[in-house]
Amino acid sequence: MGNKHVNAIVVGAGAGGGIVAKELSVAGLSVVLFERGGWATYDDTDTDELKSQRTTPLGNAYGPDDLRYRRVIENTDGSTYTVLPSEGSYNNNAACVGSGTVSYGAMAWRFMQEDFKLKTTYGAIEGSTLADWPFTYEDLEPCYEKAEWEIGVAGDATQNPFGAPRKKPYPMPPFSHNKEAQLLYDAAKRLGYHPFPIPMLRNSIPYGGRPACIRMRTCCGYACPVNAKCGTQNTVIPVAIATGNCELRINSVVSEILVNEQGKITGVTYFDEKNRKQIQTADIVVVSCSATETARLLLNSKSKFFPNGIGNENDWVGRNLQGHAYTGAYGIFEDEVYDDLGPGASVAISDFNHHNPGIMGGGVLCNEFIRMPYSFTGIRPPGSASWGKEHKAFQRLNFKRVAQAVGPYQEIPNFEARVKVDPVVKDFWGIPVVRLSGSRHEKDIEGCKLMSEKAELWLKEAGAIQTWQSLGGGKGISGGQHQAGTCRMGNDPKTSVTDKFGRIHAVPNLFVADGSLNVNNGGFNPALTIMALGFRVGGYIASEWSKGNRFK
Amino acid sequence: MEKQTKLTRRHFIALSVLGAGGMCLLSRCSNPPLSPWRFITVQESDLLDALVEQIIPTDEWPGGRDAGVTNFIDMQLTGPYTRYQETYRKGLQAIQETCKTKFQKRFEELSFDQQTQFLKSMEAGKMEGKLWEKGFDRQFFRLIRDHSLQGFYGSPRHGGNKNNISYKMMRLDYPVIVGQNRYNN
Ligand SMILES: Cc1cc2nc3c(=O)[nH]c(=O)nc-3n(C[C@H](O)[C@H](O)[C@H](O)COP(=O)(O)OP(=O)(O)OC[C@H]3O[C@@H](n4cnc5c(N)ncnc54)[C@H](O)[C@@H]3O)c2cc1C
Ligand code: SF4
Repeated sequence: MGNKHVNAIVVGAGAGGGIVAKELSVAGLSVVLFERGGWATYDDTDTDELKSQRTTPLGNAYGPDDLRYRRVIENTDGSTYTVLPSEGSYNNNAACVGSGTVSYGAMAWRFMQEDFKLKTTYGAIEGSTLADWPFTYEDLEPCYEKAEWEIGVAGDATQNPFGAPRKKPYPMPPFSHNKEAQLLYDAAKRLGYHPFPIPMLRNSIPYGGRPACIRMRTCCGYACPVNAKCGTQNTVIPVAIATGNCELRINSVVSEILVNEQGKITGVTYFDEKNRKQIQTADIVVVSCSATETARLLLNSKSKFFPNGIGNENDWVGRNLQGHAYTGAYGIFEDEVYDDLGPGASVAISDFNHHNPGIMGGGVLCNEFIRMPYSFTGIRPPGSASWGKEHKAFQRLNFKRVAQAVGPYQEIPNFEARVKVDPVVKDFWGIPVVRLSGSRHEKDIEGCKLMSEKAELWLKEAGAIQTWQSLGGGKGISGGQHQAGTCRMGNDPKTSVTDKFGRIHAVPNLFVADGSLNVNNGGFNPALTIMALGFRVGGYIASEWSKGNRFK
Repeated sequence: MEKQTKLTRRHFIALSVLGAGGMCLLSRCSNPPLSPWRFITVQESDLLDALVEQIIPTDEWPGGRDAGVTNFIDMQLTGPYTRYQETYRKGLQAIQETCKTKFQKRFEELSFDQQTQFLKSMEAGKMEGKLWEKGFDRQFFRLIRDHSLQGFYGSPRHGGNKNNISYKMMRLDYPVIVGQNRYNN
């Protein structure tokens, strides 16, 4: 039996898609929200470090699985190899209702005003597709506010003088610092920096009908046992379902966007939970599969009207893939700095976001989420043994004496860092898989060096007796948890994929709403910005719909 | 169209099974002495015990052998690490053959320090001969090291870290809730 026609299809129930589904169904549109994964619960893997979403040797806790998914990595010499989701070079985020927002560290950053006009701020950069966004921070500000209040953020913006202007405070008070963060907070003050509590998508007090956080060791990479972490799966998606207008269809993998004989988008094909190929039609399709998978779906949707994939007339779909170069430093302290008050990260400085001479962008520096025992086995000063007696003793003596200051360095957009589809390798359902190629911009490393030096000085001031850098920004593909940029927004169809509301240029009823839209990725974790974009795209469609626009 | 998709899907499954190493071909069915293990043979388990003990030696705390790291590796080799079965079989054999030629002994019969030196040359990529060609020494060393550390420091549910021994050694209470001090299995 065929599926009933609906007003809108949203593909992907993650950060962006969950919000769009809610905006549309609340506005009265009938919606089918597709998700290739299922509902995730804490009990699936609880605190299992080897199968979490952060450390994955035995698999991803919250998807995708190693049995059915593959990707291909293209080396600079053109040779390729196939990778599994549990391997780092797959560049995974997640696959479940809520996606990364189930197991994220939940840092809730707004980008800064400069991040929306990097080209104006820094001028053209050789070898980069640097551009301004087609709108300003001020245009997105109301959407940031919606994200903070509807999903839930704890923080104190008054302590960060570099934060972009805002109209409303955070809905919840900030978390207190643990021991290591307090040491770093005091040290930052002495250095003349401006430390503040990291805004978090976690309940510091009961909020949204859910309890307050109990501050565990495992948070980043794990689901929340008490439902205090705020993701789309426990906020907007339930709201969407409660309207009665939204059907969430889980374990359903969308394989292609359908185009009719007139070249119009009419819906999608997908494989249902029993792997049967199905069709769902709709007036509007919104793609929110995350930066790699959204590009894949558009590129896999080939027809006589779109021979290179939808939205790809100018070869921009899949381009400018970026994540973050994580860079910072470690320090060993004489006394123990670990007090087991989770989740670890709580203090930040934004002193090095922008206005660093000679460097584009920069990034926020934070103390890090608690590292579990296996992750800690890889944390050693340069030249140390990676096994044996000495390695074991270090593990025992220093686990509670090591702190890290680290942050996401804003990468320089690079046209050659990209998502393609592989001509040969297919997934379980026979759908051509993502093929990643290219590398970071070669100048990223310079900015990373600067940030790592600052992190090292900060740790020393806090009392570290030995420090070493954990330098990011080297060659290689960057995507992973912070993947973004592959369907950039812009006013000029020749140098962008969507318009300023996420609509694919020249296709009236096809939208993108996820990290793919980001023109650049900020010196911050991107989820709150992706959520704000979800409100922007969803809000736009809903308001146009209410005015009678059917996007024909 | 529909037919083609089906074919590809079957092809995909066939490939995955091949990737799994054809379980029976490689596993104990071809080794006469019955093994209590899932994939490894009794002899291989002796060697693995010695290897994991090198990666995490016993000191005032138990080492890899007593923490059940061999069990962890064996368990994963018929689970998520099925794809490494062939590498293990080949690598463990290469270690024994090299020991036989060089010392006329099995690896586990060498002194602790000799074993350490042996692994250090593997780690440095300094093994000679056909068995270790194309960087196999380094590659297999890294595999054993990483898997041993996972078995010792990961969750006990995967067959290693017996009695939460590494968590106790690192003075990490379990479960991971502040104020709780229980070690359950
Ligand atoms: C361990 C971890 C820690 C993190 N910490 C932070 C943090 O502290 N702060 C922060 O800002 N960000 C963090 N992130 C990143 C954050 O989760 C992502 O930036 C965000 O989820 C991306 O949003 P998105 O909408 O672009 O894609 P996603 O949220 O990934 O949503 C895409 C969804 O689409 C589904 N999908 C894909 N293809 C298909 C298909 N063909 N058919 C059906 N469904 C499909 C996927 O399964 C997924 O559910 C973290 C992520 C992880 C994994
Ligand atoms: S630290 Fe808090 S928000 Fe994170 S998983 Fe634990 S209870 Fe949930």
